[in-house]
Amino acid sequence: MDALRRTLIKGAGATGAIAAAMAAGVLKPSQVLAAEYNRTAFEAKDVAGALKGVGAGSTTESKDIVIRAPDIAENGAVVPVDVVSNIPNTISLAVLVDKNPAPLTSAFDFANGAVAEMALRVKMGQTSMVEAIAKTSDGKYFIAKKEVKVTVGGCGG
Amino acid sequence: MKKRIGALVAAAAMSASFAVLAQQPAKKPAAKAQAKAAQKAPDATTADFEKFRDVLEEDNPAELFEAKGEELWKAKRGPNNVSLAESCDMGRGVGVLKGAYVQLPRYFADVDAVMDAERRIAHCMVKYQGFKAEDLAKKPFSSGNYTPELVSLTTYVAGHSRKMKIAIPQKHPKEKETYQIGKEIFAYRAGPWDFSCSTCHGEDGKRIRTQNLPNLSTPEGAIRAFQGWPGYRMTGGVMHTLQWRMNDCFRQQRFPEPNYVSPSITALLSYMGVNANGQVYKGPGIKR
Amino acid sequence: MADPMKIRAQMKGDSAEIRVLMSHPMETGQRKDNAGNVVPAHFIQSITVDVGGKRVIQGQTGPAISRNPVFGFKVKGAKAGDKVVINWVDNKGDKRTDEATIS
Repeated sequence: MDALRRTLIKGAGATGAIAAAMAAGVLKPSQVLAAEYNRTAFEAKDVAGALKGVGAGSTTESKDIVIRAPDIAENGAVVPVDVVSNIPNTISLAVLVDKNPAPLTSAFDFANGAVAEMALRVKMGQTSMVEAIAKTSDGKYFIAKKEVKVTVGGCGG
Repeated sequence: MKKRIGALVAAAAMSASFAVLAQQPAKKPAAKAQAKAAQKAPDATTADFEKFRDVLEEDNPAELFEAKGEELWKAKRGPNNVSLAESCDMGRGVGVLKGAYVQLPRYFADVDAVMDAERRIAHCMVKYQGFKAEDLAKKPFSSGNYTPELVSLTTYVAGHSRKMKIAIPQKHPKEKETYQIGKEIFAYRAGPWDFSCSTCHGEDGKRIRTQNLPNLSTPEGAIRAFQGWPGYRMTGGVMHTLQWRMNDCFRQQRFPEPNYVSPSITALLSYMGVNANGQVYKGPGIKR
Repeated sequence: MADPMKIRAQMKGDSAEIRVLMSHPMETGQRKDNAGNVVPAHFIQSITVDVGGKRVIQGQTGPAISRNPVFGFKVKGAKAGDKVVINWVDNKGDKRTDEATIS
């Protein structure tokens, strides 16, 4: 479980008694998760706030993070996004949509063989940059971006 | 149940007379030629949508509704505590679902009528399980977090025809008649906008905003409309069947909406489905 | 109670590909219903994935994850027959755990 300890979703979150309990191995990470949702990061209204919320004070752009998403989304309610980090020792990935009311969509930690890769579907209110953040085990943060255009609807097939 | 059949017959009579009025479909040969040329160069937006179609179809939430439908199909339910699996004949024998959906609408001797998939399931729920037809018709379409049982059931039934060829029968006189009625309803112009189904779906190359509209009078167009239903609609994240799709076309034409599982819808589905005969149905889909 | 997840887990090369469909409204708290009332926020907040008894993935999610969420992951070192256990918890405390076997 050690590998899952200092990762993105804790960010600036795990503090005080819970952090102490976790460090002492009292709480399983799953219990910490349930107890401590990273509200700061998920409720941040802009990218800077969301990044700060996950602990990513500074980020380095990287071509080794690959974002696969449509150039134009068929429907902003369901935008397929696939993120792969080819940066060695990536332990966490987060996906942000810049122009959403709250940019952070999700953050995942990987350990025990899980590959730093994930597929998900996100909601996009409007055309926006989609950003992927990777955190490595030495505490560095990397970032990649891709623009996704959101179009107006039709009549539903 | 008697009441229900009475209502269906009355509605069928209505749609027959409805069809009689439909003698003059719109004819625009020049526009047709132009549209055909336009369709040969699908634009970049459509091409981009297509690239992610596979991704969306591979993990389709429609499966969640199929699972729900399976539960409902197999469970003993209703006032009579009977399961559909042990009572309902979808045209291939009681409880047999393999290939049933791609052969519907078809003629059913027990009711001496042609029925589409959803109408047949509704019929079985009333006749064997003892549900009330009025109750099934109360809120027949999905909205918000509500999914009617019939939607899940229809999705489950349709899932048993994945990758099978559409083969809607046209042997019985009533099957032929139903197709003809559907064809006439398709061309019937009326309402405040003087619309017919064929106004949007009778020519190649038409579109609404970013969406291409299939020409249902051709096999290529008909399969595009048959395909993907029942469909998980990304807008709103709800599951819809062809019953909803057809009713919504009536709404968009500013027509009064047909009753739930109306014979008029069966007729339209016969027209569209038979036109798509011979093509492969991919199973429950995902829609914009 | 929440409806079951659909989990697909199969070996592809040296890693297991795990795909999961979850049944959840993922309400943002910004949408209004037909009557004009705001639909309260209701969304999955945490997800965990265990393979062969080991926690391999844990994550947190916000309301911008699409309704009826879909996730895909890859796990190296897993093998056919290993059990995959996926759990989610939402902001109302509803939860759901389902499992599948890697094929």
